[in-house]
Amino acid sequence: MFNERILCAGFGGQGIMSLGQLLAYGGMSEERHVSWIPSYGPEMRGGTAYCSVVLSEKEVGSPIVTTNATTAVIMNTPSLIKFEKSVISGGIILVNSSLVNRRVTRKDVNVYYIPAVELAGECGNQQAANIVMLGAYLALTQAVTEKSIISALPKVFGEKPKKFIDLNRRALELGQKAVLGHGPKLAAA
Amino acid sequence: MPKSLMKGNEALAKGAILGGCTHFFGYPITPQNEIPEFLARELPKTGGIFLQAESEIAAINMVYGAAAAGGRPMTSSSSPGIALMQEGISLLAAAELPSVIVNVQRGGPGIGTIQPSQCDYFQMTRGGGNGDYSIIALAPSTAQESAEMMIDAFELAQRYRTPVFIVSDGMLGQMMEPVTMPSKVPQQSVKKDWAAVGHDNRRPPITIKTLALDPCDLEQINLRLQEKFMRIRESESRYETYRISEAELIFCGYGSVGRILKNSVDQLRHEGVRVGLLRVKTLWPFPVEAFNVLPPRCRHILSTEMNCGQMIDDVRLAVNGKIQVTHYGRPGGIIPTPEELADHAKNILAGGCQ
Amino acid sequence: MNLIYTKSKGLTDRETHYCPGCSHGIIHKLVAETLVELDILGSTIGCAAVGCSILCYNYFKVDMVECAHGRAPAVATGIKRTQPDKVVFTYQGDGDLASIGTGEIVHAAHRSEKITTIFVNNAIFGMTGGQMAPTTLPGQVATTAPQGRDTSHTGMPIRISEMLAQIPGATYVARVSVHDPKAIVQAKKAIVKGFKYQLENRGFSLIEVLSSCPTGWGLSPVDAMTWLEENMIPYYPLGTFRSQEETRDV
Repeated sequence: MFNERILCAGFGGQGIMSLGQLLAYGGMSEERHVSWIPSYGPEMRGGTAYCSVVLSEKEVGSPIVTTNATTAVIMNTPSLIKFEKSVISGGIILVNSSLVNRRVTRKDVNVYYIPAVELAGECGNQQAANIVMLGAYLALTQAVTEKSIISALPKVFGEKPKKFIDLNRRALELGQKAVLGHGPKLAAA
Repeated sequence: MPKSLMKGNEALAKGAILGGCTHFFGYPITPQNEIPEFLARELPKTGGIFLQAESEIAAINMVYGAAAAGGRPMTSSSSPGIALMQEGISLLAAAELPSVIVNVQRGGPGIGTIQPSQCDYFQMTRGGGNGDYSIIALAPSTAQESAEMMIDAFELAQRYRTPVFIVSDGMLGQMMEPVTMPSKVPQQSVKKDWAAVGHDNRRPPITIKTLALDPCDLEQINLRLQEKFMRIRESESRYETYRISEAELIFCGYGSVGRILKNSVDQLRHEGVRVGLLRVKTLWPFPVEAFNVLPPRCRHILSTEMNCGQMIDDVRLAVNGKIQVTHYGRPGGIIPTPEELADHAKNILAGGCQ
Repeated sequence: MNLIYTKSKGLTDRETHYCPGCSHGIIHKLVAETLVELDILGSTIGCAAVGCSILCYNYFKVDMVECAHGRAPAVATGIKRTQPDKVVFTYQGDGDLASIGTGEIVHAAHRSEKITTIFVNNAIFGMTGGQMAPTTLPGQVATTAPQGRDTSHTGMPIRISEMLAQIPGATYVARVSVHDPKAIVQAKKAIVKGFKYQLENRGFSLIEVLSSCPTGWGLSPVDAMTWLEENMIPYYPLGTFRSQEETRDV
């Protein structure tokens, strides 16, 4: 049964919430049951920010995926420390290796190290590192089509010029390339 | 109808507008701020009025004034803020003023935490204000239901001339889900010949009051109110059952826990464990009748709550000793996982947790 | 015979519950006359506050809403925001307005709610039996200040009009008294002016009326009026503290 439970975590300002929202909007447009829930509280001002996304064939019961994530998108080192254990055995951990200075210690998960900030820089804006990570996630899971994500951009970011859309499309592609054709072990090497 | 992705809090606010809300008065408190923020932006577009009050105490009294003058007002807050409003809520119930009060619950007691909780079941169903009164308490468990129950709340408030609670929590308020909403909800125009709007020299003055110094008068007022509460009990209790057929153990939950439990039930059923769910949709009136139609095999009811055991009192009263009832809860702002709830139920069925 | 005086048409025939010599009756009369003279009896909604005057809806011939203790300005806000074309007033005592309800009156003034507040200051809690109020004078005996108010223990009496006059949203604030006929004439003028401000949509208006409480003070009605003049007015000077066309005029 299709039931993706994604945990996205990083600093406030890294686009964690919008990454999750793009997935939720994208999934909704493909008639999935979806939910998105942020961590909220004082930590939203600069500390660790995280959100949970569920994309499912069935009604979403619990929207919280801090214990049974199928995929974790880890944007900074504190998030890796906090959430490495949150992924199910056989699940995926996507690590933003531009900022995360340590390795995943677990052996029962598929790990991909992605220099997301550098790749986003290649597209013209380092702020799109979250979108690079999203591209990698989509390539590995096919959970949502790229088309649906592109259509969701205005819902999350408001109406933007074509340049903005193109940059994000390019970031998705670079994220995809970073993981496709590389097994997790290769990526981890 | 097109789907939109909304936070539960936004769905409540949108539902309020569709329900014909004319006035919002409130004071900021986490985790309900999306409601006033949405209404500050949207309510004036429909000719309504948004006003930030200086305190929860002022807010509920502004609601009282607006309802007394024939408006369809609401307020929203979270646990400690609702505690501050209790005097006004007692007055609204006593003066029979139609109004809607949203409680997006957070962990207590005291200032507690801003994380989700259900520790205000008693606050919502037993009153924190003085006197013999009951208030309809609707408990949504999705964003969609938040919108629908909000529309319903305004309708019930007018029909019964009563304040109505919406009981949400931080999880439901903060999470985003798809919602489909009608563009318009037809409203029955209610004649409010009891409202204080000025007599225009055409009728005797109206007084909206709750003081009744003569005990004989106050007894009659109470009996009349109770008659109304009885009518509400008879016709407005609501619940949902989920996979209860042949169930040996039935989870009973509401709101956030009510939806999380669906995952637990699915998991256990998949493993061949016969469990089901009774989801309570009205905390008051409590759906007592639901407990009369449980499958005969049911030998245990697990009142599952994000608190230390509050709804279990109502479950026990409803079951009246016929079935064993226990409680499982996580207080303090912890949201239980479907797996831990399933494990607990398995333990009970294996005789390990009595 | 010529009719030289008649009871205001703004008042009912109900027998009063106020104590002999209490000046609530005078103030009720002034408010009722004002509503009749301005022809707004049918378009006025009053707010009755907890205290001796909680039952004032038995006397005023207008629609009224009874309010929880101290909350009349918030209730009046809700009414006015729902019926913006109607006239809304609150009738509050000093326990209600100057003690439990300071937050609400300050913020109603601050938002410049287009309401009129009649603030009856008799320097004591009357209804509950003569306890100390924030307005009780230094040395004044009350049931909860049996040796007289000790200001080192309970502070100095609060001057509400002076305080509210500092708020930009308060458009008309005046203190008057009803201890003698001349003062009553002045009081009436101020009350009329307060309601006119509302009718002209100017903003928040408050008239503080110094009033006697012979029962609470333990004085005869006549002595109470003398006590008011000799003790209250020196501490609570009469005058206009804020208005749009004049400055304070003591």
